[in-house]
Amino acid sequence: MFNKKREREEAEIPDASMADIAFLLLIFFLVTTTIDVDTGIGLVLPPPPDESQQPPPIKEKNLLKILVNSSGAILIEGEPSAIGEVKQKVMDFIDNNGVNPDLSDSPDKAIVSLKTDRQTPYSTYINMLDEVKGAYKDLRDQESRARFGKEFDNLGDADKSVIKDVYPLKISEAEPDEGS
Amino acid sequence: MAHFEKKSASTKQEVPTSAMPDIIFMLLIFFMVTTVLREVTLKVQIDYTRAENIEKIEQKRLVSYIYIGPEKLANNKIGNSKVQIDDSIVEDIKAIRRVMYDKLLEQPKLIVSLRVDSDSEMGLITDVKQELREAGTLRINYSTKREMN
Repeated sequence: MFNKKREREEAEIPDASMADIAFLLLIFFLVTTTIDVDTGIGLVLPPPPDESQQPPPIKEKNLLKILVNSSGAILIEGEPSAIGEVKQKVMDFIDNNGVNPDLSDSPDKAIVSLKTDRQTPYSTYINMLDEVKGAYKDLRDQESRARFGKEFDNLGDADKSVIKDVYPLKISEAEPDEGS
Repeated sequence: MAHFEKKSASTKQEVPTSAMPDIIFMLLIFFMVTTVLREVTLKVQIDYTRAENIEKIEQKRLVSYIYIGPEKLANNKIGNSKVQIDDSIVEDIKAIRRVMYDKLLEQPKLIVSLRVDSDSEMGLITDVKQELREAGTLRINYSTKREMN
């Protein structure tokens, strides 16, 4: 008879290098990670024009025309303006409430119309759009502080839509000119 | 005078390392989840514009990118402004309509992020925007970086 006196070896996976492996993976993901959130200026384009339908009539005074021409100059209602003045002019226009007969009747009727030439530099256009957005943001902040005592960004969804109804973002991008 | 005996610590001064792998794994999983590996190779050069009043796009799934900028050529030269969607440059502007329409069918809530070089001219961007209107992808976003003050 054989005397089976062999002791069974304990089956073990060596785990001393576990931390090293994990570190290696960690460093890989640390290096490849980009935690940059996509940021940008959001807009909604108008649907393609319908031939059979006429565009709704808009009173001239409810429309603020901003043109950025090919050399990057900004013209508001035909008047040359510096980029720093755009915000105040847009705010005056939106929040006029019929006081000045040349400006908008009420914020929800006010439309800001943007127009560019083909040679307009993109960066100028974005700067101008930024100012227009800034004007709406300031007005919304002002209104939400008056109503809810908080900044617009800190409001709940329901409160946000209340403010959005008061100051709806109406930016129209004019149909491009043919040619030129 | 009383004699003070200095109390020496009787415990071993060692940092327990048994939980180390767990901690590392936790970090690892965090970075794995947040990582977005770059999925396209840019064939156009883009220098982003900066703006103040920007918003974040929270749902990255919904986003589709259109890159507009001067084409990268060999020897670090740059060519004319081109439009890139996914991995290829779109030569025919009119083709954008079909490409974007297909994307819209896949993702009805599509947001199109326009990543445009700051030196571009509006003409090309307007053409692209007209194509997007035809395709019905109306939600757009001009990609900009936050302005540093």
